[in-house]
Amino acid sequence: MKYLLMIALLLPTFAFAGVAKDIADDPVMERRMMHLAEKVRCLVCQSEPVSNSHSDWSNDVRQIMRDKMKAGATDQEILDLLVERFGKSVLFDPPVDKETMPLWSAPFILLLLGGAGLYYQLRKRRGEVVEAELSAQDELRAASLLNESPALLDPLPQAGEEANVSLRDAPSKDIKA
Amino acid sequence: MMRFILPFVIFLVLSVFLYKGLGRDTREVPSPLVGKPAPAFVLPLLHEPGKVFSPKEMQGRVWLLNVWASWCGACKDEHPVLMALSQQNIVPIVGLDYKDKAVDGEATLKKAGDPYSLVIADADGKVGFDYGVYGVPETYVIDKNGIIAYKLIGALTSQNLREKILPLVAELQAK
Repeated sequence: MKYLLMIALLLPTFAFAGVAKDIADDPVMERRMMHLAEKVRCLVCQSEPVSNSHSDWSNDVRQIMRDKMKAGATDQEILDLLVERFGKSVLFDPPVDKETMPLWSAPFILLLLGGAGLYYQLRKRRGEVVEAELSAQDELRAASLLNESPALLDPLPQAGEEANVSLRDAPSKDIKA
Repeated sequence: MMRFILPFVIFLVLSVFLYKGLGRDTREVPSPLVGKPAPAFVLPLLHEPGKVFSPKEMQGRVWLLNVWASWCGACKDEHPVLMALSQQNIVPIVGLDYKDKAVDGEATLKKAGDPYSLVIADADGKVGFDYGVYGVPETYVIDKNGIIAYKLIGALTSQNLREKILPLVAELQAK
């Protein structure tokens, strides 16, 4: 009697297992369906893909996708069907056409505008920044200041650092030349 | 001078876009079915499941297809508007009971009143899907040739009825 009761307790579990099996029927197709559902916007919840949404409508769409896949429809055919019913906004990536052209081309137009602005600014600046001609006197002063600077920066030059010092001197030689 | 005008112009353009964005309801997805033939179907009547209805029967008449359900809250808001409209006898209203139990649908109509010329039952929502329904209520205006002329997402109000739907119905009836 005890064992019979224990078996009876297990019965509802069997029933549940039967219900769950329906969806996991074909794991390959289920994965394909979920992959496709990621591309579809849940119209009830707006920013969520159908694959993530628990809304009634998304459930329906997933079921329709399963049905169509079982009937042998391709992914594109299913997306086309959804677009036909609900409009292009069901797709997260709207197709490139006459209506969505401004949307798709906007980044490139902005890039071009930015590039043109940069080019214009740089052209203008080239006119403004005049490289002043130094008189011989100024050049001498500049050279002497530049020659002094390593010593000022480095109050205790040591024998081992000679190489460094000469490197620092190099630019002043260029100016003289 | 340019340095003041340019940012101001950019500000103005941005403001216009943002302001337009404020007023937009992203839920109002423009229906791709407008201007296309109403999808065909055959569905049983809610009150007499033995009989069926098909949009073909409405050929030559302008009619409204109102999608509703007993479980839908906004449908209760539009119910008095539908009642008033049906009393005026301007246009036949076909009710589509969407994803509903027939018992619940009938009980709702019995209690609140039935504004419909006839009611069809779309228990599994397949026809609703064909019509691009993703929430209830929705109302379609269908012309004499069976073309969908307009789709209203959300509840009918005396305002959108007066401003949009009734003028459109009158225009289509005159054709």
